[in-house]
Order: sequence, then structure tokens, then C-alpha cells
Amino acid sequence: MKRFEQFSASDAISGPPSKADYWVDRSFRTVTHLCAWLILAIVIALLWQIGEKAIPAIRDYHLGFLTSAVWDANKDQFGILAEIWGTLYSSILGLIIGGFFGVVMAIFLTQDFLPPLLAAFFRTIVELLAAIPSVVYGLWGIFVVVPVLRPVANWLNETLGWIPLFSTTLSGPGLLPAALVLAIMILPTIAAVSQDALRLVPYRTKEAAYGLGTTRWEAILRVLLPTASAGIFGALVLGFGRALGETMAVAMLIGNSNQITLSLFSPANTLAALLALNFPEAGKVEVRALMYAALVLLLITLLVNMLGTALMHRTSKALGVKTR
Amino acid sequence: MTTRPDLLESMKGAKRFDLKRSFWEPRSLRSLLLSIGAWIVALIASVPLISVLYMLIVRGGRRLNWEVLTELPPAGFEEGGGFGNAIVGTLVMVGIGGLISIPFGILAAIFLAELGPDSQIANAARFCAKTLTGLPSIIAGVFAYAILVLVTGTYSAPAGGMALALLMLPTVVLTAEEALKMVPQNMKNAAFGMGCTHSQVVSKIVFPTALPGILTGVMLAVARASGETAPLLFTALFSNFWLFENGRAELMAPTASLSVLIFNFSGMPYENQIELAWAASLVLVLLVLVFNSLSRIIGRSRI
Repeated sequence: MKRFEQFSASDAISGPPSKADYWVDRSFRTVTHLCAWLILAIVIALLWQIGEKAIPAIRDYHLGFLTSAVWDANKDQFGILAEIWGTLYSSILGLIIGGFFGVVMAIFLTQDFLPPLLAAFFRTIVELLAAIPSVVYGLWGIFVVVPVLRPVANWLNETLGWIPLFSTTLSGPGLLPAALVLAIMILPTIAAVSQDALRLVPYRTKEAAYGLGTTRWEAILRVLLPTASAGIFGALVLGFGRALGETMAVAMLIGNSNQITLSLFSPANTLAALLALNFPEAGKVEVRALMYAALVLLLITLLVNMLGTALMHRTSKALGVKTR
Repeated sequence: MTTRPDLLESMKGAKRFDLKRSFWEPRSLRSLLLSIGAWIVALIASVPLISVLYMLIVRGGRRLNWEVLTELPPAGFEEGGGFGNAIVGTLVMVGIGGLISIPFGILAAIFLAELGPDSQIANAARFCAKTLTGLPSIIAGVFAYAILVLVTGTYSAPAGGMALALLMLPTVVLTAEEALKMVPQNMKNAAFGMGCTHSQVVSKIVFPTALPGILTGVMLAVARASGETAPLLFTALFSNFWLFENGRAELMAPTASLSVLIFNFSGMPYENQIELAWAASLVLVLLVLVFNSLSRIIGRSRI
């Protein structure tokens, strides 16, 4: 007993916080609190700054901006219908291709198709696809994708030219190369988010399906995919959002031509590409119109992304309750 | 266990169950076909990456040498030249972006994970960060243009850095928050038991423990930012000169970057510029991959 009395209170490592500690704590909390507020403030500032800069153009062109397809800086006539069309067309095409490959890749990587080493190999490939910068894809598209596609496209145009999809030849840049590169660029997002959704499906659900005598693909198609469907849908929506906003590769490959066309091989334009290509050399009036276009793009992508985030949140919540 | 003669008797008449599935059954064949299809899809999905890497190594590697890394970009019809100033510009702007977004992002993440995880502002900030991950990079450029280029009246490295910071922020915040949340509650309780204040717990226990995870996110953000082009196009523009001249840094002037150089040169009709664009792509991809692998190595060392 005596031994413990040798220690005085000042020797103890533990003790109540001092006044200084208290104030440091208070100020640290305040600083982090402010930083959290700042994230919110940034999003508001983003909307407000771009919105404010777009107001003159909104006043000048009203909603007619969205329904006119003329972009002529010399006559001060601006409209983005062709760009909206091109954005949606290329993104949907990219989503169909990239979505299919991304979801199959996610199934392939999560459902024990591969020995661990090969699975790691394919996982690395998908991750590396995401790491390559957009501008490098653009360069690759110009020098590899377009030359490879051109004979195929021109053959399709010759033989099946009566179908609107193939109604023009591919002279260089065009919708299809842009959409293909978009598909490659959104594949990693879709694969990663779908993998998360598939992993959330409780193991027992899958085992129950196997126990009933299903084949591997019956289990995947009838049990796994429906259970994870909301998450996979969320992945597709997020991939779509990414495709809508993707700039450089598309700007380099789509041909920057202000026209509304069904043909896969004709040049077109997207909102993001319009901004990237016209902003550096724009005069005062054109910058205003570009700000309006930026606002439209921002609102569309924010909407799509919020939808995707909300969907993912809902799946993990729904499945999270079930597993616990 | 007692035998049930009545049960056995009733089973005798029944058909024996066969639990084996024949290989030739349509269901099995369909499953096999789909598996082969999945393999084909996976192989096709790897073609683009292999093609990109092949082109980078062959076309970029052919031109890559010391001269290219240290000289200034050539004019239209000139031979030779390089992109030394663009490498410096990319590093400086990513550095500026990191200086803004990393401390700010980590502090916000500490609030989200530790100090007020369930508060309304935390939920709102988390939602905003998630939404920002999907922000088109060109919009970050438009924003930096509106608040810096229009105000200062010049294209500059800080404006480019600011745009990059906006893109790095959500990655830093969200990965740091995840990493901070992984710290075991027991460790925190022990520190609280010693009489630590919450911020002491954070600075002495939670932050050091989560540091590898946080750095993983930081490296990912840096990797992503170094490859970005769109936000730099009309914030930093491009320049054919060195950022540091005669010992002075010309930060408030148009600044070169690797990615914008690739974009500019890719559209030029000169063979020399196109070769340089491929070499610059190789350097840029190597730079991105270095940061990417750093993030993986740090992430793997996590306990």
C-alpha cells in the first residue's frame, strides 16, 4: 500500500484538461466546423457565381437559348439546342456501351469467376483505365480510334446508308469515336460502383439460390442482379453524369460542329466541348452566352449526380438493414 | 436416432433424387455460354488500355529524351524543342491546388468523422462533397475564371491551382472521412479516459492512426488533378516561357501545363508537335501512375 503514496498528483499522466486545453479544443472545433460549412459555401458560391454571370445572357436570350441551334459569335446569335442534343446523344451511346461492359465486368470480378491473381490483374486494368487522363484518351482517339473506325464506318454507310444512323461517312472526328471513348472512360466508375452494390448482397441470399439448384448465371440474373438493382442503377446514373460532363476527350473527338443529326458518323458538339473550345477566344458577349451554357450543364449534371447518390444511398441502407 | 420404418417404406416408391446436373442440360449450357461471354467482354474491355499503353510507349518513348524534358516548346515549323516549362507548370499548379485543398479538406473531414458526425451541417457537407465528385471539370474552370481571372484580369497559375483544388477537395474529404472513421473506438475511449479533450484525441490518436488512409486519398486527388486539362484551358491558358525566369517566379501570368500542351499540339498539322504531344502524354501518364501507385503502397501499409 505504501508504495503508491510515493506518487504525488503531479506525477500522474492523466488529469482533467487545463484551461488552455479547453480553449485549444474550442478553437479547433470551431475551425473544423467552419471548414465543413465552407464545403457547403463552395457549392453555393459555384451556383451563385455562374448563375450571376449568366443573368445578362438569360435576360437577352430567355429560354429561346435552349431551343435555338445557332451559335454565331459574329451576329451575336446564340443557342445550345444542338449542344444539348449532342451531349445527350453521345452520353446515352456511351452509357449503353460502357454500362454493359461495366456491369458485366463487375459481375465477372465479384462472382468468383477468377483465381485471385487473375482477378487482381483485371481489377488493376479497370483501375488503370480510370487513371489515364482525359486528354490522353483524346490523343489516342485521334490517332487510333478514328483511323480504325473509318473503314468500318464508311463500309456501313455504303451498304446500309438508308438507315439514318449510318447516313453519313466518317471523315475524321464524329459522334461514334467520341461515344466509344466516353464508354471507356465511364466503364471504371460503373464497374466500381456496381461491384460495391453486388458485394452488399448478403452471402446467404446467393447460397440460398445455389441451394435451390440454380446454375451460376441463374443465380446471378434472377437473384443477385435484382437484389442489387438499385445500386447498379445508381452506378449507371453516376456514369451518365460523368459522361455528360466529360470534356477534353470529347472536345478532341466530336468535331465541334453545330448540327443536330442522327448519324453516328457525323461531327456534332456537346455543352462541355463548346465551353472548352470557345471560352479561350470568346469576346465579352460570347462569354455571357457561355456562362448561360455552363449554368445549364452544371444544373443537368448536379441533378443527375444527386439522383445517382440518392439511389446508391437507398440500396446500401435497404441492404444494410437486412444483413444486420 | 430412431429409424422410421414407415418413412423408409414411403420413400421406396418415390423416384430417386438426382442432385447432379448434367453438363448437356440446356440450363448448364446456357450458363457456360454466358460465362464464356463474360470472359470475352472482360478481354475486350482490356483492349483499350493495352492499346493506349502501347501507343504511349512506342510513339511517346521514341521521342523521350533529356532535351525534350528541359527545353521550351517549339514554334509551328521549328524542329526539336520540348516541354520543360509545362512539367514545371503542372507541378506548381498541382502544388497550389494541394496547398488549398488538402489542409482544408482534412479539417472538414475531421469534423465530418469525429466532431459532429450526425449534425445537420455534416450531412449537408457530406452530400455537397459527394455531389462535387461528379462536378464536370470544365465547370471548375468556369468557376475559377469567374472568381479569379475576371477579378485579377489575367490568366495565372493560382487560378489554375484554384480550379484544381476544387476538383481535389471532394476526394480528399471523402477518403479522409472514411479513414478517420476506421479508427477503433477503444483507442479513442482510452485517450478520453486519460482526460484528453476531444481535439487532443483527434490530434494525438485519431489523426496519426488514420494518416495512411488520408494520404491514400490525397495521392489519388493529386493523381487526378495532374491529368486534368479542362479546368486549366482558360484559367492558366498556356505559355511558351519558363515560369521561373531570372530567379523570379512569374506566377501572375499565363502558365504552361503538360495536359494543355498535349491538347494544343494534338490539333497541329506538324509532325514534330504531334511527336511532342505523345512524349508529353507518356510523361503525364507516368506522373499520374507514380501518384497512383504511391496511394496504393500507402494504402496497403495500413493496419
